Amino acid sequence: MKPVPLPTPDTQEWFDRIDAGELTVPRCTACASFFLHPRSSCPRCGARAVELIPAAGTGVLLSFVVNHRAPAGFEAPYALGVVALAEGPRLTGIVRTDAPDRLEVDAPVRVAFEERGERRVVCFELKEAGR
Amino acid sequence: MSARGAGLRGAIAIVGAAESTDLGKIPDKSALELHVDAALNALADCGLTPADVDGVASAGELPNDVADYLGIVPEYLDGTNVGGSSYMLHVRHAMAAISAGLCETVLVTHGESGRSRIGMTPWAPAPQSFMGQLEVPHGPVGAPSLFPMGVRRYMAEYGMTREQLALVPVVQRQWAAMNPRAKLRDPITVEDVFASPVIADPVHLLHCCLVTDGGGALVLTSAERARSLDLPQPPVYVLGAGESSESSVVSGLESLTSSRAIRIGGERALAQSGVAHADVDHLMIYDAFAHVPVYGLEDLGFVGRGEAPAFIEDGHTAPGGSLPMNTNGGGLSYTHTGMYGMFAIQESVRQVRGTAPAQVDGVDVSVCTGVGGMFMSSGTLVLGSAATL
Ligand SMILES: [Zn+2]
Repeated sequence: MKPVPLPTPDTQEWFDRIDAGELTVPRCTACASFFLHPRSSCPRCGARAVELIPAAGTGVLLSFVVNHRAPAGFEAPYALGVVALAEGPRLTGIVRTDAPDRLEVDAPVRVAFEERGERRVVCFELKEAGR
Repeated sequence: MSARGAGLRGAIAIVGAAESTDLGKIPDKSALELHVDAALNALADCGLTPADVDGVASAGELPNDVADYLGIVPEYLDGTNVGGSSYMLHVRHAMAAISAGLCETVLVTHGESGRSRIGMTPWAPAPQSFMGQLEVPHGPVGAPSLFPMGVRRYMAEYGMTREQLALVPVVQRQWAAMNPRAKLRDPITVEDVFASPVIADPVHLLHCCLVTDGGGALVLTSAERARSLDLPQPPVYVLGAGESSESSVVSGLESLTSSRAIRIGGERALAQSGVAHADVDHLMIYDAFAHVPVYGLEDLGFVGRGEAPAFIEDGHTAPGGSLPMNTNGGGLSYTHTGMYGMFAIQESVRQVRGTAPAQVDGVDVSVCTGVGGMFMSSGTLVLGSAATL
């Protein structure tokens, strides 16, 4: 069984909205900084005024590895990457593709979700040209 | 204006340094026993006993447990645990504490049953940790997936080739061949690295550190007290130290091609020491994976951005090179218990003392840098002989 995140109070809403199929990015209402991971105060100015803004759902693949060994529930090989979201902050996730070895750094991607029981987990798909 | 902490330059000395009696596979000792075995070896190394110690620092095991096992009555405890660089931080904190008069003699201990897992808490990130929430659900295969995550980006930005990355373990094996305590000693080639199993492409098995059992310990005291002791080995002085940290998840790091924590800790250590890069005779950079010394050489300022792969390829860090690095064979070939930083310090001490198996001629200044997690923390020490004071 693949693992699912176990949120803490300060990350609960961010994960709840992922479970509802919506990726959000935390933003400080005082200094307007976007940031991740989700937290209840701003890492730039310290304000405790954080709102969750719906993400554009696009980004670029900054870097990745292709796992040839896999934890229980995962089927190797698969690409695990760090994506810079359009809003700036970054997230780790699997990039779904039939040819992980042909992926390239800076590939445009869009957010997708993988169903895991009652939860969803963020993953990414290649954004084909023209879409 | 002088650098922060410049007054502490050379204020304390490493008077005792030793590793556990055995390294590698030690199924008859628990992790805590490995701390204690190394601690007794380090105390014997400087002719002291547990009764002479009033401060204990450790990571992995609690310092109170180490103190209690050894019958030490501590007045100073440091349980800083930021992964493999913890021991560099322990030395820096002891530098402050001893200089401030809070304690006189600090024992820093490491022990881990990384391979045999005796007396170890099973390793698994807590589901509610940042790693548990933001990385584990995406299927990383532990450190081999996460630590080298930026390598492809580094290759794309700076043109590092796969051959250059493979040269890191090849060169370190050259040093290991000269060290009878090194676990892996047979020469390897770039082709051998490529032929080893792919773990998390571009990382092959031979790009990854060993997993071993072992321990190490240091005895620190004031430079003044060191001079009054009848030491079998010359003291090694702490000329400078620095530390920093950042996100414990890879996606939260400031950069995927550089370590901010190494950069800040290294700058601080070198500034405090007053030592110029050109005056560094010997270097240790924590090599949990082949790319870490590449990042470290650049983040510490020994070479410019993007220049480390060619620097290694040109033989500068190899035997006979201008900047001998990881001369024990490193985490890739010597030993790697899980928190390798202590072994980097041990080799720096041996090189400054002139007692290393692969001894470099005339080492007066050695720099050692540790990292914790996947670049989440770093500590750097500048160590020097009496001639540098
Ligand atoms: Zn703010």
